[in-house]
Amino acid sequence: MNRDKMSYKTSQFIMFAGPALLLFTGTVIVPLFYGLYLTFTSWDGISLSKPFVGLANYSAAFADTSYWQSLGKTFIYSFFSVIFINIVAFLLAYAVTSGIKGQNFFRAGFFIPNLIGGIVLGYVWQFVFNRAFTALGASIKGGTVPSLLSTESGAMFCLILVSVWQYAGYMMLIYVAGFMSVPEALKEAALIDGCTPGQALRKVILPLMRSSFVQCLFLSVTRCFVVYDVNLSLTNGEPYGSSELAAMHVYQTAFKHQQFGTGQAEALILFLICAVVGVTQVYVGKKGEVEA
Amino acid sequence: MQEKKNTGRTIARVLTFILLLIVLAAFVFPFILVVINVFKTKADITVNPLSIIGNHGFTMDNFPNAMEKMNFLNVFKNSLIVTICATILTLLFSAMAAFVIVRNNWKACIIFFAVMIASMVIPFQVLMIPIVSVYGNLLKVVDQRLVLILLHVGFSVSMATFMYHGAIKTNVPKELEEAAYIDGCSRWQTFWKVVFPLLGPTTATVAIIDAMAFWNDYLLPSLILKDKMVQTIPISTKLFYGTYSTDIGLIMAALLLAMLPILILYLFLQKFIVKGVTSGAVKG
Repeated sequence: MNRDKMSYKTSQFIMFAGPALLLFTGTVIVPLFYGLYLTFTSWDGISLSKPFVGLANYSAAFADTSYWQSLGKTFIYSFFSVIFINIVAFLLAYAVTSGIKGQNFFRAGFFIPNLIGGIVLGYVWQFVFNRAFTALGASIKGGTVPSLLSTESGAMFCLILVSVWQYAGYMMLIYVAGFMSVPEALKEAALIDGCTPGQALRKVILPLMRSSFVQCLFLSVTRCFVVYDVNLSLTNGEPYGSSELAAMHVYQTAFKHQQFGTGQAEALILFLICAVVGVTQVYVGKKGEVEA
Repeated sequence: MQEKKNTGRTIARVLTFILLLIVLAAFVFPFILVVINVFKTKADITVNPLSIIGNHGFTMDNFPNAMEKMNFLNVFKNSLIVTICATILTLLFSAMAAFVIVRNNWKACIIFFAVMIASMVIPFQVLMIPIVSVYGNLLKVVDQRLVLILLHVGFSVSMATFMYHGAIKTNVPKELEEAAYIDGCSRWQTFWKVVFPLLGPTTATVAIIDAMAFWNDYLLPSLILKDKMVQTIPISTKLFYGTYSTDIGLIMAALLLAMLPILILYLFLQKFIVKGVTSGAVKG
């Protein structure tokens, strides 16, 4: 059999990679380019005609102040979420690798929020904020206490809190893997050379865990930027659209206001910003990586 | 001196342990709250959501009520079908694709792999509008579980292929395959009889990550499945919440029902799940 023949190669490729190629093309490649085309049309979501409008959707997206406000809020939300997710995750990872009893039990426990979808989590927390915390507040202060979700800054705080709670356990697992990858011998050598445990952590362990930090930051940034499920079920943009983040705004523009072209243009802008932030952060992070 | 240091360390450990217990309690507090309130009447929940047993005592009514109104068995079945089929197809198609990509440096393989890797940074929001446009408006194939399954697979093959690619490259010795060829196996047979069985750990990791993602996904299914008969758990939870938001007892039961299947699974498989998610995250 001649294995260099074009027909052999083609049949092999189609036999093994064909199904994956077909489905991948159908769900990612075709929609990606079709979406690009949609940004130059004004489609209403129902009719089959898609009138060409040139760059009108992009200028509409740039002129849409509520879109830029939602992007600004997404920045604020992502900034605080990412910082707190990583601080909490790192501290938890440090604690559950310190050799205490029940480490695996704790790891498994902190991971639980990740098992459940954002929609359900948002509703559970809505109950906590609207019913449980208000009842608790009322029993302490007396009278009625308004829910945190009813004010603009309160709703943002709740979104951040729930995101930290949701993702900290996942990022913790990555930091745990990072801690475990630092060779025991290096830690011991540092301690024998007279480092305090704090110094050993800062001077030896942390630099070796740099790739874990890069990875966790990348994952949390890219997730927070396009958060939708929790936003939808926890606040649904309330009060008065003040907690509407960018991904939700894209959805609303397209599916609620039937401006699919503008919505797609806004989605592309969101993607570009997200990609630039993510790639820059990985680039900066990787530059100073060291190996044991 | 040494003894002092040791007692100091023990105290530190005990303190860490207690602190972790408190944090863990705070972590699971929302779930506990749901479990407590599911057994209370609507009036009792409104009066005091924090009490363990309400004035009207213990009730079991919320569960069957919510199950019936949500048509839980049906949505559970839908979720199960979609998750299982999509996971299996993702595993098979990605392993196959990874095999041909690793073992041949044909142009098609290199381009396909590079495009898949690059595509992993694209967020779903960029693709959702065109997907609705192509599959809902042009082809009109929405409201079918099969379409959702195939879309799920299409989205996850890139990541899964990437993981299988690494596994085949490092864990499957080429000599083993060559021995199979000499013994008369075709490539297809070699893949299924020799290569795929060696990829067990990767298969487990990919299966866990993807199955969880499919089971919990809301946005894609909500765009594809509008018909109540084919909807999955996250969509029906959302609809149920919108319809019965005043009947808080029912809501508690519905939320618990939505969480229970995966929590029960976690109880038995937590070791595998934690391990799978860790190795998946660290490689990806």
